[in-house]
Amino acid sequence: MMFSKEMLNLFLEGTLETFYMVVMSTLLAYLIGLPLGVLLVVSGEDGIRPMPVLNRTLGVVINLLRSAPFLILLVALTPVTRAILGTSLGSTATIVPLVIGSAPFIARMVESSIKEVDGGVIEAAQSMGASPMQIVLRVMLPEAKPSLTVGAAIAVTTILGYSAMAGFVGGGGLGTIAVNYGVHRYQTDVMLVTLALLVAIVQVFQEVGMHIAARIDKRRR
Amino acid sequence: MDQKEIIRIEGLTKRFSGKNGDVVALEGIDLSINQGEIFGIIGLSGAGKSTLVRCMNLLERPTEGRVFVDGQELSALTEKQLRQARRGIGMIFQQFNLLMQSTAIENICFPLLLSGVNRREAEKRALELLEIVGLSDRRNAYPAQLSGGQKQRIAIARALANEPKVLLCDEATSALDPTTTRSILLLLKEINERLGITIVVITHEMRVVEEICSRVAILDASHVAEMGKVEEIFRRPKTAAARRLLFPGREQRAEAPAFGAKNQRMLRIVFDGMTPFEPVIANMVLVCGAPVNILFANTRAIEGKTVGQMIVQLPEAEDAVSRIEAYLNAQNVHYEEVTDDVL
Ligand SMILES: Nc1ncnc2c1ncn2[C@@H]1O[C@H](COP(=O)(O)OP(=O)(O)O)[C@@H](O)[C@H]1O
Ligand SMILES: [Mg+2]
Repeated sequence: MMFSKEMLNLFLEGTLETFYMVVMSTLLAYLIGLPLGVLLVVSGEDGIRPMPVLNRTLGVVINLLRSAPFLILLVALTPVTRAILGTSLGSTATIVPLVIGSAPFIARMVESSIKEVDGGVIEAAQSMGASPMQIVLRVMLPEAKPSLTVGAAIAVTTILGYSAMAGFVGGGGLGTIAVNYGVHRYQTDVMLVTLALLVAIVQVFQEVGMHIAARIDKRRR
Repeated sequence: MDQKEIIRIEGLTKRFSGKNGDVVALEGIDLSINQGEIFGIIGLSGAGKSTLVRCMNLLERPTEGRVFVDGQELSALTEKQLRQARRGIGMIFQQFNLLMQSTAIENICFPLLLSGVNRREAEKRALELLEIVGLSDRRNAYPAQLSGGQKQRIAIARALANEPKVLLCDEATSALDPTTTRSILLLLKEINERLGITIVVITHEMRVVEEICSRVAILDASHVAEMGKVEEIFRRPKTAAARRLLFPGREQRAEAPAFGAKNQRMLRIVFDGMTPFEPVIANMVLVCGAPVNILFANTRAIEGKTVGQMIVQLPEAEDAVSRIEAYLNAQNVHYEEVTDDVL
């Protein structure tokens, strides 16, 4: 199959747009999800600063957000996005639902990564007089780094999938190309190319993430 | 003795509330540990040893009672004051509990950075500590690249970083082989002597206590069963709990046919390191012209001396028994007659 120069440009633009959405959304989602994940562990029953009410409330909110299918969340959040950015169309606007849709899931992943940290090490830090904040910053996060990295690779690929879904509501990027050409104009070849590009991007993120995680993990050897 | 007290525990009780009611881990514990001594706390698994040592830095908050360390009542401090106080109390663990993603030297710097020492200063101090524990050449190794003994050495260096007055050791050698155990115990002894740090050693192994402790408390089912100088408890265990620890594996020997026969007189002979073991028994048999049946022996050589206990079955003839006793008296060997419930 051969594509015109304009088509090739479209693919390139779509790919860059998708990258932009995914990277920005992942960063912003971690800005919210990481502290929430830490808070879930710290405030838990066996946490270093148990706060039962906060912990339970946070848990319920996160579960509610997580149980909403992303496509529905996407539509439901249009007014919110419009209120924040003035529009609900295009790649920048899509970042809003992507962040809100993925932050709860990131919080849960961060929570499980940090829970893997050996309780004995945390206890040792406490025995040295570490404050809860010092334990979070100097023990939990550094010790969980490899696992957090794996989580980030998973998060990126999930957000990439969400961003493609956003194509149905004019979200921009490869998703929109696939919908516009593949769905509305029956150009199967265009759809296949966008699909291949999406798969390739997922592979790159996944491979790079796993590779980094393995390299930085000092527990083996 | 006019020694200064560094740890005092008064009326300590610790209960854990669980789904199936409360678990009493410790009850009515009174304890006093002197500055500069190596104090052992020994007991079987589940006796409450870990809970007790964790109460000494308040990792575990007592349900009742008070804990004093270096004149400060820990149980009355605020969180912030407590964190400050903990810097003067080092602790090491059975599983080492090192930061797995940090190198040896970073692990040792860790407590220093926590207390606000700058990085350069911390590294300088860490290098000195690496020297003390004999691992200067492994400073950039990650814990996963170190042996168990090396990991414990790093953990010791880390615990000493803030120059504590007390070092708490919870089963610090229980994950190590006998040779490594000895080298760690020697290191602890050296630290105690060189730096004057009071050491509290928690263990379930009598030989650990024998090797380095001056005094010992025997913890049995949440209570202190017995407490005193190691030699004294070792010579004359007053309680069943102490005897269980001194004579492990009693069930096995009770099956021996010669054992537990009624009307048999038995003697416990204690070797406290002053007398070599083999010649004493061999000569006793030769000199007294009376055979004895060795029912139990738990002895080992420590620095060329024999330490341990032996239980022998006495001959029936009265005069042979008095010859044996006279011989042991002459050799200055401690002994006592025991009944069959000692084992
Ligand atoms: N956090 C806890 N929650 C409930 N029970 C506990 C807890 N820690 C210890 N225990 C119980 O307290 C008793 C003493 O435990 P521990 O101090 O660990 O004994 P040791 O160190 O002598 O083996 C045990 O019965 C144990 O199950
Ligand atoms: Mg224990």
